[in-house]
Amino acid sequence: MSLQAKIQDVFNEPACDKNLLKDEKARKKGCSKPLTPGAAAGGCAFDGAKIVLQPITDAAHLIHGPLACEGNSYDNRHAASSGPLLYRTSFTTDVTELDVVMGQGEKKLYRAIREIVETHAPPAVFVYSTCVTALIGDDIEAVCKTASAKFATPVIPVIAPGFAGAKQLGNKLAGETLFDHVIGTAEPEVSTPTDINIIGEYNLSGELWQVEPLFRRLGIRLHACITGDARYRDVASAHRSRVNMMVCSAALINLARKMEERYGIPYFEGSFYGVEDTSDALRQTARLLVRTGADPDLLTRTEALIAEEEARVWARLAPYRPLLQGKRVLLYTGGVKSWSVVSALMEMGMEIVGTSVRKSTAEDKARIKQLMKDDPHMFEAIAPRDMYRMLKDREADIMLSGGRTQFIALKAKTPWMDINQERHDAFAGYDGMVEMVKKIAAAIHNPVWAAVRAPAPWETAEADDLFAPNFLADALVTPTFGGPVLTETVLADTLPQDAPALPAGAFLKAFAGSDAQELGEC
Amino acid sequence: MSIVVPVRKSATVNPLKQSAPLGAAMAYLGVEGAVPLFHGSQGCTAFALVLMVRHFKETIPIQTTAMNEVSTILGGADHLEEALLNLKSRMKPKLIGIASTALTETRGEDMAGEVRTILKRRADDLAGTTVVYASTPDFTGALEEGWAKATEAVIAGLVPETRVAGADPLAVNILVGQHLTPGDIEAVRDLVESFGLTPTLLPDISLSLDGTVPDAWVPTSYGGTPLAAIGAMGRAAATFAIGEHMAAPGRLLADRTGVPLTVQPSLTGLEAADAFVAALARLSGRPVPERQKRERSRLVDAMLDGHLIVGERKVAVAAEPDLLFAVTTLLAGLGARIVGAVSTAVGSRALERIPAEEVLIGDLGDLERLAREGDADLIATHSHGRQAAERLHRPHLRIGFPIFDRLGSQHKVSVGYAGTRALMFEIANLFQAEHHAPSPAGLDPFRDRPVPAALSPEPRPC
Repeated sequence: MSLQAKIQDVFNEPACDKNLLKDEKARKKGCSKPLTPGAAAGGCAFDGAKIVLQPITDAAHLIHGPLACEGNSYDNRHAASSGPLLYRTSFTTDVTELDVVMGQGEKKLYRAIREIVETHAPPAVFVYSTCVTALIGDDIEAVCKTASAKFATPVIPVIAPGFAGAKQLGNKLAGETLFDHVIGTAEPEVSTPTDINIIGEYNLSGELWQVEPLFRRLGIRLHACITGDARYRDVASAHRSRVNMMVCSAALINLARKMEERYGIPYFEGSFYGVEDTSDALRQTARLLVRTGADPDLLTRTEALIAEEEARVWARLAPYRPLLQGKRVLLYTGGVKSWSVVSALMEMGMEIVGTSVRKSTAEDKARIKQLMKDDPHMFEAIAPRDMYRMLKDREADIMLSGGRTQFIALKAKTPWMDINQERHDAFAGYDGMVEMVKKIAAAIHNPVWAAVRAPAPWETAEADDLFAPNFLADALVTPTFGGPVLTETVLADTLPQDAPALPAGAFLKAFAGSDAQELGEC
Repeated sequence: MSIVVPVRKSATVNPLKQSAPLGAAMAYLGVEGAVPLFHGSQGCTAFALVLMVRHFKETIPIQTTAMNEVSTILGGADHLEEALLNLKSRMKPKLIGIASTALTETRGEDMAGEVRTILKRRADDLAGTTVVYASTPDFTGALEEGWAKATEAVIAGLVPETRVAGADPLAVNILVGQHLTPGDIEAVRDLVESFGLTPTLLPDISLSLDGTVPDAWVPTSYGGTPLAAIGAMGRAAATFAIGEHMAAPGRLLADRTGVPLTVQPSLTGLEAADAFVAALARLSGRPVPERQKRERSRLVDAMLDGHLIVGERKVAVAAEPDLLFAVTTLLAGLGARIVGAVSTAVGSRALERIPAEEVLIGDLGDLERLAREGDADLIATHSHGRQAAERLHRPHLRIGFPIFDRLGSQHKVSVGYAGTRALMFEIANLFQAEHHAPSPAGLDPFRDRPVPAALSPEPRPC
């Protein structure tokens, strides 16, 4: 299938609510808005594809393009691995001017695959096309096919050059790649009636490990996480699982839907952010497993676990309530589903002064509205200048957002916490919520805020006095500076009693205008 | 406010302290043309000398009266006199700074009296050399005390009693604490001079122990505070004592000259730097230089970035009181938690203000124990803490003296806006270098709870 046909196919997503509401003509246009030159931000399709596939930890990921694509972007996310680390090694063909002019791209790619297979013997090599190699017409699929046969190793073409579209499109194209080339190409060694896959969870900062034990506790076996902490073979045999959970955003909905069509695996959309969402994810998984033949007892056990874990998490959150009560939070995020976090923060007594709904669905928005009864401050986007002003005017006590807006908050001397994919902290499941609330409390109560907000000495009201020349003598007698760093003045009381009759502390005034001659030399 | 807990055990394990005579020697070396002279057995001098060489990577001219068994019993005055005359003829120093040791103090020699007698009797032989004496028994205090007492001795010996304070309205005395490096001292000098003021810094090891290569062999200290400048300290408009332990020398100077004293406990941290800069602005009547304004803004930005890394980290720190104060206030100000604070002297006012529940007067064994109990993410102390850091598998911020396993400690700057920023970045980078990858076991929600056997999980097949 050509790239254009593939993109059309991806856009025409029957499982997407939004898509279903459109007429035939609008559907053809696709769901991604055209990018605005001069006002575009965010990653390209290649970026999106790599985000989805790179967490397959034992595979080699080879980027076929000039250096910028990989050299400027590698090692930038924190998808964690419990074992293999090959995925963190960056491979690129580093296509040069000569390669482009002489048309040596394909040969170089083939040799690069060979070098990687010979050196690392990975279970698979993912080869990513990029703008330049797509443009010069390198037949990546053909090279991959030849290499697969020659080296007896799956070599998988990932056709998502940057110009194809935005990051979200890249996510979907990566899903297509997995469906077309990986899933169903191997059979699992073990298969149980409670095997599940989680789609769209990348184990950032180890978040998968915060929730996987919950499933295990219920006897549910996570067969493949697509693709957090994944092994190639698990993904390749993911078609034998009984249920797919699709995490959060609809990025990989095409994959979930196609797996249902081809392999009859039911799926549901859920999230591990927030207490209710986590419980709901467990509940829905159990329900679908029972529907596909698991022991109905699973439902009872799931409810028991949920009750136990919810009681525990609320008890663990309670101590933070006094620290967060009445604090105002500005939520600015696309990645984390806003409403479930909103509900937990409100449970802590926090006031949500605003939340972005950039990537939320109509259903999400309705839930947020329901939660924030009085005045739902929902917005699509805030201009950086307005955001700075809001924060500078202390309209919020903390902003939760991603790295892009981090410095707007910090420059406005406002507490900030990273809530997006690039963060280092794991916030998933019940434990993750406790961790998040703990971090918010620590950020708000960090003593640094008082220090950095204090005016500089030359900005204070006394600054005029400070620099008046005649202030000199008085200042020496009774220094007024100080504050938490205590500064003491020992002067008058240390003067010897038999010293010449000088009024304590006034001697400088007494000598004002004198010169050295009058005072005598020492 | 912290509670200062005195030593409760008998066996000191991996000492934190160095003795007072070493501190005194270091201070004397901050005076131009000086030779420190330990009145004690030669081992006292050798150990101190070797430790200073390891830290500064410099030739260190410390001499000894080389007390032997006979002089220990009969009295060491002869040895002292002989040492003074030998030093005079061999080195022609401008200053001989005597520091007593535990040996001579225990013997109970009337050092002050003997020094007076020798100086009177040998006035001609010793002409042109000032001899001062500080009582620094090894069993009392540590580096800070020795340093401060030597500074007092220098002031007592070289600053005449006058009442001409302010005669040089732009002159400022800075009594530098032991916790400042040569790099710090130079930064203070630059800062003071940027206000058009003329500082006299005492002791000034930035001119002697800063690691330079002189053109000729110099048997004494390379440089340091010029004797003439010390003599003129009574004409200054103000004195700043940097560190609580410099309050006593500051009071002595104020007693002798009437120059008003301000004690700045620390110059590290935004508030401390602000206070000092404001004081200099008042004193000079000049606006704060643009460079300092820019540096302040950089520091504020660095704190905003740094608090994200330093905040909530647990740190155990062992240092002499004023250094402990400077480092712990910086850390706590960024949201770090001080899970262990260990220091050397009970009497210091700095200790009461350490941002920890308690400050233990103790050793590096205590530091290691507190760090382990408090699960510290970082330990901060001098180089001897490296064993503890290795055992705990924690990063080690090297502060204080001695630092013998890293080059360049004498040039490190941690005072003022820029210095605070540098120290904070060093701390934050130690944390960043220690990045611990998340693990399934560490994030398992059941990690602290027993799992029923029936539900004992079958691990993922990978």
